[in-house]
Amino acid sequence: MTAAATTTGYRDRPLLKAPVWTWEIPVYFFIGGIAGVCAVIAAAARAGGADATLIRDARLIAFLGAALSPLLLISDLGRPRRFLYMLRVFKRQSAMSVGVWTLVAFSGAVTASLALHLAGIIGPLSWVADAVGAVMGAVLATYTGVLLGVTAIPAWAHHVRVLPIHFGASSLGAAASLLELAGHRGPALNAIAIAAALAETVVMWQFDFRGDAAARKMFTGSGGRLARAGNICTGVAPVLLRVVAGWVPAARTVAAVITLGGSILTRFGWIAIGRTSARS
Amino acid sequence: MPTTGFFTDATLCIGCKACEVACKEWNDVPHDGFVWRPRASYDHTGELGHSTWRHVKFVERDRDGLPSWDFSSDVCKHCEHAGCLEACPTGSIVRTEFGGVFVQPDICNGCGYCVVSCPFGVIDRRPDDGRAFKCTFCYDRQKAGLKPACATACPTDSIQFGDLDELRARADARVVQLAARGVTDASIYDPRASSVGGTHAIFLVRGDVRDYNLPLNPEMPTVRLGEAWRSALVAAVAIAVVAFASFAWMP
Repeated sequence: MTAAATTTGYRDRPLLKAPVWTWEIPVYFFIGGIAGVCAVIAAAARAGGADATLIRDARLIAFLGAALSPLLLISDLGRPRRFLYMLRVFKRQSAMSVGVWTLVAFSGAVTASLALHLAGIIGPLSWVADAVGAVMGAVLATYTGVLLGVTAIPAWAHHVRVLPIHFGASSLGAAASLLELAGHRGPALNAIAIAAALAETVVMWQFDFRGDAAARKMFTGSGGRLARAGNICTGVAPVLLRVVAGWVPAARTVAAVITLGGSILTRFGWIAIGRTSARS
Repeated sequence: MPTTGFFTDATLCIGCKACEVACKEWNDVPHDGFVWRPRASYDHTGELGHSTWRHVKFVERDRDGLPSWDFSSDVCKHCEHAGCLEACPTGSIVRTEFGGVFVQPDICNGCGYCVVSCPFGVIDRRPDDGRAFKCTFCYDRQKAGLKPACATACPTDSIQFGDLDELRARADARVVQLAARGVTDASIYDPRASSVGGTHAIFLVRGDVRDYNLPLNPEMPTVRLGEAWRSALVAAVAIAVVAFASFAWMP
């Protein structure tokens, strides 16, 4: 009976099962997030009367991301040939089901938007495609936080409120950065990137790695280090670099590059944190 | 159809693992490694998983200065509100007419979302097959009016199968009976107050339930859906506002 008082758990066996997801999932979080935000940027740029090449590139990235995302998701399935079974049902209580249907709607909208663009059609149909793409894109960039937060994995569940904001802000910064690297250097993209980096800086302080021993362990593991390093690259570092860019324009390019790198690092980091969290 | 359940009584278990063997044989479950675990107290099975649907735990104790073994045969809890079932995006995981949680093997596409959604760490994806597996509650046997293989094989009635309400009453009576015999540390594991809403596989264990890797307060992940989507909505709206405002002011 004394044993019960001093030990908890069974033979140091972990209670939970680790996520089985491989590299495709964090890469999808990254690419799907960028594509989603690019659809928002395409609509916003169009509404604001921005340069036509920027609108075109944003639409193109949204389309390419939409085309690549299902390939990544299918490749991660245990039974890839059954990928269409995802569309048997719609379950609003399953974040994955909602995500899959969001991706389907998003793909349809951004494909239509790009096709209409290439065909030179700019009528109301094109506006509808851009609007649907923007709404679905905003969901696509943020639902991945819901997907992780609504699980039994303690580290993810604990950060259920901050993960959608983190992934959304990370996607926002990465999308603006990618468009900057594609040669678009207007002030709007810089403003978007600064807003995203500021949000990421705030987000970093929301991660609870100062809590109990388990929380500290979670963030000092390799996944935690990856997530924090990535978060610095999407948060405080680009904020500083974009201030410096007022005097040294090259700093803006550096900010864009590290934001993209940091954005993918945090996704890998959070999947790894989940693995550590489940098995400790 | 009545809701059926398992009542697994640790005070009757002798650790023979007949349940593990019967389960594997009836359900044609492949081996998941013959691992000889040092200092595992004869528990070389380890834990429930994609190819282990019954697992006898060997909990070692010091009772009044004497070493003592508590055995408990673990199994999928068949939660009243099941995280795996809610998470499954294909509708492969369903509730059977007996109240059990069943993975339809012809539908599962191996997305892995159930794996991270089970608060008991039961269901897992089988690497060479690609699909997720766990205890079927011997759905095929139940449909034919038979008891699950493990309950049938159990030589001591440690695994009892039957109407869930009846089993719950029997479990409570067993705790009273044991107390009368001087076993005062027995309790029933059936987390009805948690968001899981109780389990269809209930357990009688001695001492701290956590020594059996049974969580005190298992949580069904979807209780967090509201706050998660509210947060996503805030983020999505913020993204749109930042993008539209930026281009409106500085096109």
